[in-house]
Amino acid sequence: MSQTHAHGHHGPETLPPEPEKATLEGRNKILGFWLFLGGETVLFGTLFASYLALRNQINDGPSGEQLFSLPLVAVATFILLTSSLFSVMAIQALHRHDLKGIQFWLGATVLFGVLFLGLEIYEFFHYVHEGLTFSTSAFSTSFYSLVGFHGAHVLLGVLWIALLIVQLSKKKLTVVTAPKVYVAALYWHFIDVVWVFIFTVVYLMGKVG
Amino acid sequence: MAHAHTVKRYSGLMDWLTTVDHKKIGILYLAAGGFFFLIGGLEAILIRIQLMKPMNDFVSAQTFNELITMHGTTMIFLAAMPMIFGLMNAVIPLQIGARDVAFPFLNSLGFWTFFFGGLLVNVSWFLGGAPDAGWTAYPPLSSERYSGMGIDFYAIGLQIAGIGTLVGGINFLVTIINMRAPGMTFMRMPMFTWASFVTSMIILFAFPALAVGLIALTFDRLFGGNFFDVSGGGNVVLWQHIFWIFGHPEVYILILPAFGIISEIVSTFSKKRLFGYSSMVFATVLIGFLGFMVWVHHMFTVGLGPVGNALFSIATMLIAVPTGIKIFNWIFTMWGGRISFTTASLYGMAFIPTFVMGGVTGVMLAVPGADYQYHDTYFVVAHFHYVIVGGLILGIFGGIFYWWPKMFGRVLNETLGKASFWFFFIGFHLTFFVQHFLGLWGMPRRVYTYLENQGWDDLNWISTIGAFAMGVGTLLVLINIFITGLKPRNADSDPWDGRTLEWTIPSPPPEYNFKQLPLVRGLDALWKEKSAGNKEMTPAEPIGPIHMPSPSLLPFIMSVGLFIAGLGFMYKNYDFTNGFMSMLFGYNIVSIGGLVITFACMFLRSVYDDHGWHIEPEELQDKGVKA
Ligand code: HEM
Ligand SMILES: [Cu+2]
Repeated sequence: MSQTHAHGHHGPETLPPEPEKATLEGRNKILGFWLFLGGETVLFGTLFASYLALRNQINDGPSGEQLFSLPLVAVATFILLTSSLFSVMAIQALHRHDLKGIQFWLGATVLFGVLFLGLEIYEFFHYVHEGLTFSTSAFSTSFYSLVGFHGAHVLLGVLWIALLIVQLSKKKLTVVTAPKVYVAALYWHFIDVVWVFIFTVVYLMGKVG
Repeated sequence: MAHAHTVKRYSGLMDWLTTVDHKKIGILYLAAGGFFFLIGGLEAILIRIQLMKPMNDFVSAQTFNELITMHGTTMIFLAAMPMIFGLMNAVIPLQIGARDVAFPFLNSLGFWTFFFGGLLVNVSWFLGGAPDAGWTAYPPLSSERYSGMGIDFYAIGLQIAGIGTLVGGINFLVTIINMRAPGMTFMRMPMFTWASFVTSMIILFAFPALAVGLIALTFDRLFGGNFFDVSGGGNVVLWQHIFWIFGHPEVYILILPAFGIISEIVSTFSKKRLFGYSSMVFATVLIGFLGFMVWVHHMFTVGLGPVGNALFSIATMLIAVPTGIKIFNWIFTMWGGRISFTTASLYGMAFIPTFVMGGVTGVMLAVPGADYQYHDTYFVVAHFHYVIVGGLILGIFGGIFYWWPKMFGRVLNETLGKASFWFFFIGFHLTFFVQHFLGLWGMPRRVYTYLENQGWDDLNWISTIGAFAMGVGTLLVLINIFITGLKPRNADSDPWDGRTLEWTIPSPPPEYNFKQLPLVRGLDALWKEKSAGNKEMTPAEPIGPIHMPSPSLLPFIMSVGLFIAGLGFMYKNYDFTNGFMSMLFGYNIVSIGGLVITFACMFLRSVYDDHGWHIEPEELQDKGVKA
């Protein structure tokens, strides 16, 4: 295992085909991030388990069946899945060494992320208005915790990727910035996969009982 | 390749606050873990003084609850794990022939979050009362209805410390997977590295569960959540599941590295290669896996039903198989070996029968019918101390004596070392052996006092005497460290006639560890070269510039930020008599301020790429280091 390392002085013309994996630092970062996502899986797994254990404990408050509106959630799902597609386009641009392309597709990812967040905030406001606050019942607490944790992840991802786009304008595409782009895309896919489970376990199962 | 980067190099205190050198971080972990070990030990002594005689009123019932809670919490999270992390940091990169860990910056962040998290748990003593619901913090006892602010310190402090643990685990995994020297295949890795690898895996999959549990507890206590509040539909058994899904693997996080240390010590001091190396690896991995399958054995009496209890009982007993493999392998390693009785090897050998006793009582507890009798008695206390003190702490002491020369360039005094060993070892068995009988005779766990003439008086007295003897043993280790610190740094690079790569480089190692990466040609790489008549390892590369990471103060500041934010959240709803204070906390100025500090550091870190610096070949020659 060679201990090669980045000097950060390479121009784009000398970039290797997979710049994110060209240095040991890059490979470490990507492997470390995969492992981190393994830990995140346990985190969300535990939140899901808690939700499943408590979802029928509605106390005196409204139930998910009464509140959830599938069309709204379906639109949110569509938006988030599309944003994941955009991040795939960004990685393809990365492999073409196309800086502008990366920035464009990451920008689209962020935009759709923001749209998703907007819908989620609207949704939460609506539920609170209908009498489902964080403290209403064990169902509400576990619901807001699970979905809110996901939302917080989306928010963090939006801020992170936005910052990354700005950085790319300054630092260009190098063997140092490439792993950052790659890892951000991994993160975004992870958020998406978690959402698919939320859509199924929380909303679909909540609607059909 | 001449580089223009000039790197800031700090000295004194600033050097320690900013260091990203895994060897120094190892020392920091060892020092901080040792410090918390002393605090936890002091708490243990106070508990034992209180229980020394019937109807004692040395401490109040409330203080007693705080003492047992803080003792357990401190020992597990703030003493045992960090001391292990200390040894892992000091040793793993050297054992696999790496110049560094994968993420030096994160390594430092991991240390500082652990440290400030631990500090936060402990300042509770001075800020209105320590946590008092036991280290397991079962609700409803730990709910805001029955417990004071101590539990907030517990939940938030451990949350912050847990970040550090998780980050450390990921760091070791990536280091071991990606940064092994040429020829260092997985099946040539020393057992300590293997054990640390599996431990890091367990950390990765266990700690996030704890994080969720602690968050849920925090939400319930501070933000009106209902996870565990039965009146809102919550479920207290949910906490127990979450806690033990983390908690049982946690005991393997603790014991596997100790197993690794024992493997190194036993083979080095028997002058033999470890018997059954591949079965050792297999057993370690299997234990790591089974560790996740048995959590319900902590909940047999909750009422989960006979089927569940039976399945988890069998799963638990299965772990005895790989553990037994290990025990026999150690014995076969010593069999016919040329054993030398150094302090480290005494600790190593004492570990084996002691741990077996803890294992046997473990299998007894794994029988649900029997557990209905033992549960929450001193039998359990005796069992887990045989495992964690008789196993893990003996292992850590052994590891400290074994690797001290490598870490500090000085060999600890052997006479004092042996004295400390006998005090600790005999004191340990005095303290805890009798507790088995106390438990069988009905003395409940976590009682703050008891009536006389129930047959418990003498054994409690003996137990306390033993605890003092352990205290003396620990003090002797400290004295040893102090006296050795006054001696010159003259340890040989290979004081024990070792077998693995860490003994090929000077003691203490230079900051870049290896001038040239070694070429590994088999298990016990150094021993292999020695038996082939070579004095040194064959280098795997020519001498070239060595890349080094830059020191940074950011991890320290980030952790301070989290510490402040933690305090801010806890005192959000607090009734301050002072209007200014209520405003600062009530409007979340403190908590948000703390988070802003942390996030600002993250921002700075991601915006400014630090390419580190290089040690040039000329410099390597100048220092005249022997590779
Ligand atoms: C060094 C000498 C030690 C002594 C004399 C000692 C003594 C005690 C005593 C008397 C208790 C209270 C039992 C009860 O009433 O429930 C206790 C509990 C405990 N100890 Fe130790 N202990 C020692 C070391 C350790 C170490 C090294 C660890 C862990 C690495 C540890 C972990 C625990 C835990 C987890 C509890 C349970 C606390 C609870 O019930 O919440 N102890 N110990
Ligand atoms: Cu267990």
